[in-house]
Amino acid sequence: MEKMVNVYFFGKQYRVPAELTIMTAMEYAGYTLKRGCGCRHGFCGACATIYRIKGKNELHTCLACQTQVEEGMYVASIPFFPTDKRTYEINEIRPEQRVMMELYPEIYSCIGCNACTKACTQDLKVMQYIAYAQRGDFEKCAEESFDCVACGCCSVRCPAGISHPMVGLLARRLTGKYIAPESKHLTKRVEEIHSGAYDDLIEQIMQKPIDEMQELYNTREIEK
Amino acid sequence: MFTPEMMESVKKVEATRAERMAMEPRRMTAEEKDALLKEFHPDYKEEAFCEIKIGPNKGQKAPKELVHLLHSNSRLLADQVDLSKIDYDVDVLVIGGGGAGASAAIEAHEAGANVMIVTKLRIGDANTMMAEGGIQAADKENDSPVQHYLDAFGGGHFAARPELLKRLVMEAPDAIQWLNKFGVMFDKDEEGNMITTHGGGTSRKRMHACKDYSGAEIMRTLRDEVINRGIPVVEFTSAVELIKDSNGRVAGAVLLNMETDDYLVARAKTVVIATGGAGRMHYQNFPTSNHYGATADGLVLGYRVGAPLLYQDTIQYHPTGVAFPSQIYGALVTEKVRSLGAMLVNVDGEAFMHPLETRDVSAASIIRECTARGKGVTTPLGSGVWLDTPMIEEIGGPGTIEKRIPAMLRMYMNYDIDMRKLPILVYPTLHYQNGGLEIGGDGFTKVIDNLLVAGEAVGGIHGRNRLMGNSLLDIIVFGRNAGKAAAARAKDVELGEMNLNHVEEYAKELKEAGVETGDVSPLLLPKYARHER
Repeated sequence: MEKMVNVYFFGKQYRVPAELTIMTAMEYAGYTLKRGCGCRHGFCGACATIYRIKGKNELHTCLACQTQVEEGMYVASIPFFPTDKRTYEINEIRPEQRVMMELYPEIYSCIGCNACTKACTQDLKVMQYIAYAQRGDFEKCAEESFDCVACGCCSVRCPAGISHPMVGLLARRLTGKYIAPESKHLTKRVEEIHSGAYDDLIEQIMQKPIDEMQELYNTREIEK
Repeated sequence: MFTPEMMESVKKVEATRAERMAMEPRRMTAEEKDALLKEFHPDYKEEAFCEIKIGPNKGQKAPKELVHLLHSNSRLLADQVDLSKIDYDVDVLVIGGGGAGASAAIEAHEAGANVMIVTKLRIGDANTMMAEGGIQAADKENDSPVQHYLDAFGGGHFAARPELLKRLVMEAPDAIQWLNKFGVMFDKDEEGNMITTHGGGTSRKRMHACKDYSGAEIMRTLRDEVINRGIPVVEFTSAVELIKDSNGRVAGAVLLNMETDDYLVARAKTVVIATGGAGRMHYQNFPTSNHYGATADGLVLGYRVGAPLLYQDTIQYHPTGVAFPSQIYGALVTEKVRSLGAMLVNVDGEAFMHPLETRDVSAASIIRECTARGKGVTTPLGSGVWLDTPMIEEIGGPGTIEKRIPAMLRMYMNYDIDMRKLPILVYPTLHYQNGGLEIGGDGFTKVIDNLLVAGEAVGGIHGRNRLMGNSLLDIIVFGRNAGKAAAARAKDVELGEMNLNHVEEYAKELKEAGVETGDVSPLLLPKYARHER
């Protein structure tokens, strides 16, 4: 006999198999999900969820697709949270501290409560990456926030109203575009292709009969 | 955690590790691969396919589940929509909010077009977001677009359309540079050299990555750029039918608000189908690595207006989906795990194949190991083989897994499996639709004017199998191209009167062929609620 547990979706009790995730348990209960369900594998952040175990005080945040149900789980999904993304022209900004001051001034209102870090479904040091952003250390902010899936659980819990995922995203774009060193081999290859250096070669291989291509493919040298 | 029986097998894997690390398993010959595929690849399982009875691909085979959709009628046969009430009027309508759709929208916007994205979930809820391992481009000294062409053409069984594959490889370095200029953080060394690895079937190390969040990093950057540019994105709104004009050209789409069930009309001078794949169709009952909305909608929309499909009978099963634990069954275990050195090992601790064969060959080989050879590891949902992940740390040093594949580590740690210390169990998962709507080198469908297709909904770029890292590449290359081409064409289009006559004609054809499924299509979302299953 399959082990079952009692869970409460938006306060209503359902008995579901204990092996399910919160997401599949909702479907088992009969929900047809439209919101709060995206990639189903922990990458898109659509299924931000908040829960409390009956009788316990602590609130937990998680991704519904990556979290197994537990007995007495009171679950509310947060399919949308109004995080505040500011817009900018990436070619007109530079990795300077004032960019953060102008676009996300509320990060300087952080009271250091660390609720964001505790809420992170990816176990990132969110408050730490906000601190890096405050100092204009974009590279460290980018590295520390890299695994963010923008579920928004940090922002839900923030007393200062910070939109942490958007801050991390800005730091990563600044890092990728301006701080990380240029790939010279890439620039060179793009120029070679634009100058037509491969035009004849590609036409030649496109024209080759299949048996010749098979021979070329099956005997090609593979880099170690 | 693993069962005691699994742990018994783990001991055998550990016992052979040192010996295995000293050797490289032999690659199969072309003949061995052909024989293996015919016997064990799901594409060769005849009973899983049936014949398409009407339309441009009449008489050809496709997976049964896809044929069912193609044999179903439009929602709009029963539901009336007033086409004279236009809700959105744009130059370029992009259907789909994944990597291809976002790329198309950005380029159309760049070209000055009035462009709009509609997507049935949120922008970024797409297979792009879930692509882990990387993106190919021949930008190193020892590599060339020609070598990339050869690898992809051979890996796809010499079936790719040359004009499409040429575009893919020739515009690859440009695609990487385009992404880098938007701020995508590729893995680089201190001098700026891209850190590249092999994928299955590559002859050069040309796999660029952003840890194992490659697709996520690309998608969230493109999404940010779409929003920065103020391109309208209508979310939770699916396209349920294309609209034609009095000249037989595509002229927009009927949309459905997923939340309110209201229909809306979008008029457009050009339409880009960028609706992605079909993993949620669960062909042959496989689990899938795909996102919730991967239900082949674009193929149905295109086919109903008369656009032909190509290679609709070839599906990619990613060799390494999660086989255990059941909570993440079918989730992707990136090929990069093998690029970094992990071997595929059976229940007895034997490395039964080279870990970097192409995906179709690898998947078939794992299925053979678990079926005919009886050397799989039993799991609650079937069986699987080991992917010997502790090898990665032995080869690359401690910390390699956390640095290079943090998403994988996190996914397993949720279930108390530390892949740095223990191998993981994998089995093929439905991953990619190799086939799709046929396009020409310019990105347009060949028979329906003003209709373009980009991304996974296209057939023919890769042939009958796709190499790792060529899909993230194709969504960028073909997405960009579609956006530019759609914007350019839109300048010359004078739309005639809109109609949905093709819906009636399709219904008539179905009736004449004696086909009646009782369902409507596109599917839009899989039926997962218990009462719908």
